[in-house]
Amino acid sequence: MNSNGKSWSPYVAGALSGLLSIASVLVAGKYLGASTTFARVMGMIERSISTTLVDTPYYLKYTLAVDWQFMFVFGIVLGAFLSSRLDGSFRVQLVPDMWERNFGSGGIFRVVVAFVGGMIAVYGARFAGGCPSGHGLSGLTQLSISGFIAAACFFAGGMISANILYGRRR
Amino acid sequence: MKLLLGLITGIVFGFLLQKARVLRYDKQIGALRLKDMTIVKFMLSHIMVAMVGIYLLQGFGMVNLSPKATVLGANILGGLIFGLGWGLVGYCPGTAAGALGEGRIDAIFAMLGMLVGASLFAHTYPWLKATVYTWGAFGKITLPPLLGINQWLIIAVLLVVYAMFLRFLERKQL
Repeated sequence: MNSNGKSWSPYVAGALSGLLSIASVLVAGKYLGASTTFARVMGMIERSISTTLVDTPYYLKYTLAVDWQFMFVFGIVLGAFLSSRLDGSFRVQLVPDMWERNFGSGGIFRVVVAFVGGMIAVYGARFAGGCPSGHGLSGLTQLSISGFIAAACFFAGGMISANILYGRRR
Repeated sequence: MKLLLGLITGIVFGFLLQKARVLRYDKQIGALRLKDMTIVKFMLSHIMVAMVGIYLLQGFGMVNLSPKATVLGANILGGLIFGLGWGLVGYCPGTAAGALGEGRIDAIFAMLGMLVGASLFAHTYPWLKATVYTWGAFGKITLPPLLGINQWLIIAVLLVVYAMFLRFLERKQL
């Protein structure tokens, strides 16, 4: 099914991650999610510059400190590092393969688009109230109306911009 | 203790995401270009298992649901904005962290952009709160009470729909 023999079927890994999320809700009472962490970290950074910066309704909604989700996101970095080192798929790479095939190996263009895209994405994720983890996985798991709507819009928006960027390329 | 649980959960989740190879830019953009549906297979498998498990445990009173509020204006506009950015960056917030873990340097710039995006949102929220957040606000609603249908019937139907969709993807070799 996969070209790389060391990878796992997405069905198996996905199902196991489903069991993980059940365990997380049972033990810690926490549904998986990631994008709030970016707001929380930014709040902590802005607070260290000036406390007046975080005296705004959005940051006041949150406790600006390292929490469960911050550790979860940090853990994802470690888990991916561990997995990729163990099976030899770890690879330091600036320009993704598909990008390079279509736009060349120049790093600056990729870096700029990654930064701008990331900025737009998390603006939208916080706006919508979650990302593909919080709205997508956890929302659809709970049969939440907001999850179905947001997930559909995530894919709709993504198809628009990815197809504009790539057009009819490979 | 909560922090340690978060770390362990993240490590296992990151491990599984990496094993399924869904952290890669090529896989995420591959799905958005309808060429490689690996991430959709991962997500739907997750949802099918977790949906049954969470609703079973909820039935026994062992867990509580915690759905996010439905606000049509914010879910739709924010969702579309997220998508437009996702199609450019090729990582979502969780997978950017994982991509960094497997050595992808562009994920660092993606995450820096994500932090700036979070800040921009925080500082425009007061204006949005008075406008978009009042459009179609329905609170924390889920499908069963909205439709007035038993949750297990809905879950059974969704399991069939998801499974048929996955079978369709396999047939199309996506």
